[in-house]
Amino acid sequence: MPSDSRAHSSSPAATSAGAGFAPFFARARAAGRTALIPYITAGDPTLEASREIALALAEAGADIIELGVPFSDPVADGPVIQRASERALRQGVTLEHVLALAAEIRRRSPVGLLLFGYVNPFLRLGWARFAQAAAAAGVQGVLATDLIPEEAAEYRQALAERGLEPVFLAAPTSPEARLAAIAAASRGFLYAVSRTGVTGAREQVPPGARDLVARIRRHTTLPIALGFGLSTAAQVEEVGRFADGAVVGTALVAAVHAAVQRDGPGAAAPAAASFLRTLRG
Amino acid sequence: MARSPQSSGSASPAPAPVACSPQGRFGLYGGRYVPETLVAPLEELTAAWLTARSDPAFQAELADLLANYAGRPTPLYFARRWTQQAGGARVYLKREDLLHTGAHKINNCLGQALLARRMGKQRLIAETGAGQHGVATATVAALLGLECVVYMGREDMARQALNVARMRLLGAEVRGVAAGSQTLKDAINEAMRDWVADCERSHYLLGSALGPHPYPAMVREFHACIGREARTQILQAEGRLPAEVIACVGGGSNAIGIFSGFLADAGVRLTGVEAGGRGPQLGEHAARFAGGSPGVLQGTFSYILQDPAGQIAATHSVSAGLDYAAIGPEHAALRDEGRAEYVACGDADALAACRFLAATEGIIPALESAHAVAEARRRAPRHGADAAIIVNISGRGDKDMEILSRELGLGGAAD
Repeated sequence: MPSDSRAHSSSPAATSAGAGFAPFFARARAAGRTALIPYITAGDPTLEASREIALALAEAGADIIELGVPFSDPVADGPVIQRASERALRQGVTLEHVLALAAEIRRRSPVGLLLFGYVNPFLRLGWARFAQAAAAAGVQGVLATDLIPEEAAEYRQALAERGLEPVFLAAPTSPEARLAAIAAASRGFLYAVSRTGVTGAREQVPPGARDLVARIRRHTTLPIALGFGLSTAAQVEEVGRFADGAVVGTALVAAVHAAVQRDGPGAAAPAAASFLRTLRG
Repeated sequence: MARSPQSSGSASPAPAPVACSPQGRFGLYGGRYVPETLVAPLEELTAAWLTARSDPAFQAELADLLANYAGRPTPLYFARRWTQQAGGARVYLKREDLLHTGAHKINNCLGQALLARRMGKQRLIAETGAGQHGVATATVAALLGLECVVYMGREDMARQALNVARMRLLGAEVRGVAAGSQTLKDAINEAMRDWVADCERSHYLLGSALGPHPYPAMVREFHACIGREARTQILQAEGRLPAEVIACVGGGSNAIGIFSGFLADAGVRLTGVEAGGRGPQLGEHAARFAGGSPGVLQGTFSYILQDPAGQIAATHSVSAGLDYAAIGPEHAALRDEGRAEYVACGDADALAACRFLAATEGIIPALESAHAVAEARRRAPRHGADAAIIVNISGRGDKDMEILSRELGLGGAAD
């Protein structure tokens, strides 16, 4: 679905943001690989470090970065990302800071950017102001974990007016009718949740994941990224055989945190880059 | 506007219309703000509830358990000494504290546990603040032979240690939650995470009129027996409706339960009492209307306590059951409509009200219910002597004896 590039004509990010997520998936597909989509919690360990991490990830081959907006009550997240959110919040990181961080990353890199968070901080700003600020920051789209299409009419309209792409989750528990609704509401790509449960690394790609992606394909031609539980090159390779993108969150957040614990915030970006390279196999 | 009182309070098989829209909206509030994985289990639950509520066999089994296991109907007790001392309205107490497990929570737990069994679930997940809902859930799990896991904030475990022991004795596993403020909100987060991972086998037995649809409407309905009974009882006792009904509001289940019996009676004032805690500063109270604004917490859109960036604020109340950052969505709608009024009462007033009711009527209320008692003490004298008011005593104070002992200086040897 083409987005309205006019909304960005005055933005420094006009070329990359205006085209949405499609070019990032197209580029990966052309190179014969799955798009690599790392997640980081903005502000963990610090906002400055997050900027360096994002730039290092982009340099190391990330196609799209999920920029996590920390929230006090992250019900969809496992302990690793919960702790990362707590560390960010303890430093007073707000949505406003995350948007400023996104703008800094955008000024220095054309990497795809997806704001990833919970609905309340977005809602608090107000949908119109949020969409305006997110577009000005140069992100391509937004995923609100606890916002389902039925509750998202105003959100979708506000994002559409700014040329931003709303990405929705599809779950193993979603019946066909819901997959159709999720596909209809999504722009840019769909995020398939590999298994029931919260975020967190697992040893195996769940057997139902391939099935879910196949079920979603019946309802959309949009790219489909798979996430929840991925942590290794072998898993990314396996996912690449049936999905268009692989999201890696918990394992990356844990690797970066371990490096920071050991060697301080300066170790964060190199650790992120080296982790991402291992995923490329 | 009078509607005919039902013949018997607790057995009321005719299903009234559901209180919310099909999408779970009460006016602007409510809805379903959850990760996609939970939508299918919520749909399954909604369908099971809608079928069960018009199934006479389900209603009959629930009515039997409410009567013979839980102890319904509960009395509506005329507080003679209170009324004599205070003057003004004749004060009646709806005695939910006399129910099995010591609070109104068992009404909803019996209803949801029967639903869980109907859906073929083998395991109940619950959160608890004061421990009363956890105890009630552990109780119904034992009654129906279901597994039970209760999440409880570590701070709440410390201040309600006796209830932790009760749950364990009943066979439940109590899992302490060390995240965030280590209170009710954090326990709900953890319960939701458990459910999202195990929704096939487990039912999440949410304990208040909160959370995503269908919980606010369903929990309200399982507590509607409080209001139905109270209405019948006051008409019998006084020959007229009460001037006012007063209840404490954490998530708001006991309040919506008793209010629901009087919503159609425009002349009956409905007053909800939130926790004013130690004062009006954010973090020092749980008064969502006085100090909050609309937002989304744990699946529902309602009034919440939040900072300017939309992070959920810390809360405080001497009563664990009121110590929560969101209010049930139907209360937000009732307030918008002007149908109910909400006020806040602080820790000190609640503690004083506990002492007052114990000394005056020989009834030790839960600290939660004591907030309603405190407000009723202020309001009763403002009514004429021909008026009656009802205060919902949602639970008994045994669980709070350690706090009461410390705060009111009741412990230790005489000096």
